[in-house]
Amino acid sequence: MSSVVTNERANDRPVTPEVVREHGLNEQEYDLILDIMGRAPNLLELGIFSVMWSEHCSYKSSKKWLKTLPTKGPQVIKGPGENAGVIDIGEGLAAIFKMESHNHPSFIEPYQGAATGVGGILRDVFTMGARPVANLNALRFGSPDHPKTRHLVAGVVAGVGGYGNCVGVPTVGGEVNFDASYNGNILVNAMTVGIAPADRIFYSAAAGVGKPVVYVGSKTGRDGIHGATMASAEFDDASDEKRPTVQVGDPFTEKLLIEACLELMATDAIVAIQDMGAAGLTSSSFEMASKGGSGVELELDKVPCREDGMTPYEMMLSESQERMLIVLQPGKEDLARGIFEKWDLDFAVIGHLTDSGRMVLKMHGTVVGDLPIDPLAEASPEYDRPWQPTPPQDDVDPAGFTPSVTPAAALKRLMASPDLCSKRWVWEQYDHMVMGDTVARPGGDAAVVRIHGSNRGLAMSSDCTPRYCKADPERGGAQAVAESWRNITAVGAKPLAITDNMNFGNPERPEIMGQFVGCIAGMKAACEALDYPVVSGNVSLYNETNGQAILPTPVIGGVGLIDDLDHIVGAALPGANQTLVLIGETRGHLGASIYLRDVEGALKGAPPPVDLAAERRNGDFVRAQIQSGSVTACHDLADGGLAVAVAEMALAGNCGADISAGADAPGNPPLPAWLFGEDQARYLVTTVDSGALLAAAEKAGVPAQAIGQTGDQGADARLILATGEAISLADLRAAHEGWLPGYMDR
Amino acid sequence: MKAAVIVFPGSNCDRDVQVALRQSMGREPLMVWHKDSDFDPVDLIVLPGGFSYGDYLRCGAMAANSPVMKEVVARAHKGVAVLGICNGFQMLTETGLVPGVLMRNADLRFVCRDVTIKVESSQSLFTAKYEQGKAIRIPVAHHDGNYFADDDTLATMEDRGQIAFRYCDPDGSVTPGSNPNGSQRNIAGVYNETKTVLGLMPHPERLADPKLGGTDGRALFDGLVEALS
Repeated sequence: MSSVVTNERANDRPVTPEVVREHGLNEQEYDLILDIMGRAPNLLELGIFSVMWSEHCSYKSSKKWLKTLPTKGPQVIKGPGENAGVIDIGEGLAAIFKMESHNHPSFIEPYQGAATGVGGILRDVFTMGARPVANLNALRFGSPDHPKTRHLVAGVVAGVGGYGNCVGVPTVGGEVNFDASYNGNILVNAMTVGIAPADRIFYSAAAGVGKPVVYVGSKTGRDGIHGATMASAEFDDASDEKRPTVQVGDPFTEKLLIEACLELMATDAIVAIQDMGAAGLTSSSFEMASKGGSGVELELDKVPCREDGMTPYEMMLSESQERMLIVLQPGKEDLARGIFEKWDLDFAVIGHLTDSGRMVLKMHGTVVGDLPIDPLAEASPEYDRPWQPTPPQDDVDPAGFTPSVTPAAALKRLMASPDLCSKRWVWEQYDHMVMGDTVARPGGDAAVVRIHGSNRGLAMSSDCTPRYCKADPERGGAQAVAESWRNITAVGAKPLAITDNMNFGNPERPEIMGQFVGCIAGMKAACEALDYPVVSGNVSLYNETNGQAILPTPVIGGVGLIDDLDHIVGAALPGANQTLVLIGETRGHLGASIYLRDVEGALKGAPPPVDLAAERRNGDFVRAQIQSGSVTACHDLADGGLAVAVAEMALAGNCGADISAGADAPGNPPLPAWLFGEDQARYLVTTVDSGALLAAAEKAGVPAQAIGQTGDQGADARLILATGEAISLADLRAAHEGWLPGYMDR
Repeated sequence: MKAAVIVFPGSNCDRDVQVALRQSMGREPLMVWHKDSDFDPVDLIVLPGGFSYGDYLRCGAMAANSPVMKEVVARAHKGVAVLGICNGFQMLTETGLVPGVLMRNADLRFVCRDVTIKVESSQSLFTAKYEQGKAIRIPVAHHDGNYFADDDTLATMEDRGQIAFRYCDPDGSVTPGSNPNGSQRNIAGVYNETKTVLGLMPHPERLADPKLGGTDGRALFDGLVEALS
């Protein structure tokens, strides 16, 4: 072993306790480093430990709990641990997908933060051999009244669009919510779904002494150094000073990289491939060597650099975008070089695999860093952080309650509220049709993307109800998974698997860790009951500013399969004289509801219980009815309950409805609990033959009741929620569509 | 009809237009890589949507100066039909094959949605299968589709019938509210003087399949096949 490393450029600062602290490492962690190295690390080596052991890269606080999630199933080809999860979608194809956060950078520099978030998740997916076919995102902003919110919304939406639109992958779905808890920490979670031949999936494990390590893509610059460490710390008032750690995206290069990599993947030249994401060259080379049980030697002076005079420290820690690391079969260098030159991308052999189990970094022939791979990559700290359960809250009595406004007034207020208003202003800035396979566009329960050249499709959505997770993390975690499963079901698809993006505050606080533990427990139960395993995911902790944490936000990205695109439905009411049938039991659960929060101004109580057996039974029933053609439209019930669901269906179809029969029926809860309660496991469907549908439901043991009729389509269409009050759809539409553009133009 | 689609490195609607052409032609169009200026003779050249060379400069400006575009311009001058969609339209204005320029959308935001456009005339290779004056539903997806030409140029173009499509309401009325990007006179697409070159911002290839929610774009490709076969 080359032992002591003495390149001045790598060691231009001595490693003092202060330098160790600046790298986000505590004393115990530094002692472990000394143990592993058998000597003091130089600055370059310390920097490598720091990023590899950052919360962002090592999952040190969350690992213990993530391991408890179900990750297996007959549909799973590859669960968590690779760049993205892989599931079998039949006919020799696999869907590859993952969601990832870019929260901290997006708060500091919203356009580039969001854009590079999209770029990063795209790379995670095409790295594995998939052509990306759809992007989704889950965005959470602070209160609309907060002075920064408008600027952040504008920047993030433009950044998401600016990247995805240029790369040419449609952005087909997502969610946008507002809450004061995100004032200092917005959430930008981006998801990509790709499709690959099931027998040509590419993994990151690299083995084979002497095989060339190749760098392709953009040149390395000084941007994003220590981004992973930044993303593992809380913010304070000086966070603007962190702007230089945010990377700059180049979607055109990403597009070239996708095409070049897919072209190379069609040959047999690749041993392993890995994108350079968080912690750049460090993490990509470590992971490849570690998973393959090999060593690696890199000659850093061969790394294509944007600027002269970059140090090994900067090269190893840069998070410049649009770069990939590939281990090639020997002798395939010219073939690969030809492809990358065709696409005008940099291509450089920067090293080779060894059998030493070490990473040796050289600059101009001198060793500047030498670290053992396995101890560093796998023996990273793992914490069992103390946690404290969230105290349970009481249920809200549906009858013990006098509403402050009429149901019609409440509905109008909700439909024009920041959380429930139309997000058209957002998704019209995203190209959601490019690639020519978008069958169900944004705005419905789940987006549907056709599998190119077939009559099959993938359904996808992203979901979370953070106020439930705050009030009762376990119920909230289960509800997020159940709602994802419902949304996929509501278009007629079979839910297959999820990716999760766990966004929480500081895990060193027991109450925050308790939220994390609770959400995981709920997710686990729901994933098991619904056969809906986790195949990939990402954790974003330390979403706090000056000690103020975000709402616990475990976002679930779900993917489902449609075997026949001729048997799907949307949410739009299909025209007059059909019967509206409510599937599932309604007790009028108002605790933690959006009605209490936004209409009565008093958010309180326990969130709705999630009966997973009922979810399963009701959902399987609805899906079968959609597939058999006996249902003409379907919408899941979520925020705002029945009233909001029927209003969204009416607006989508420009079609009236009268559900006063349901309100008048004895046995249903009183208004407003009937209309605005958020009981789970429910769907609203339309049918031309309610007798047959109700009989089928009874036979399946699924609660179902006819609650009203659809009305006429057109300019005069009206919605009647309860006897005596008609709402003009045109007025409702103006309120629903008006809020967000009005807010952004103010 | 033989057709070629020019594929720039940042083209991203090349496959979409390939699918639409295949559907109407019953065979494959030629996909021409931007580095191959020397491609077979064809009856129709399509410049697809996307971001040609990244479009970090003015959209289509670099593409207009690429070697393959010199060939496209030369063939257009010989009378070969050229269809430029979105980014392709931007290349056409940049090369001067059609008049005018495409500026950033008036509200400065990217816009992706279905719009209705009025077919100004059915007297062209591209619109023969449409009813004159009819409003058709076609999606737009662009950041820079705000058509501008000076008043004299516009007057001349109007006289010569060079306005191909205008943004309109579903009933065909050309109104300010139906204009998604601030284009002068609601212009969505224009011809060259001989009407053998068409540039348009909307994407007819995106609504040429009932599964995608509409088929109003299909007649453009069907009409070309009929006219050029």
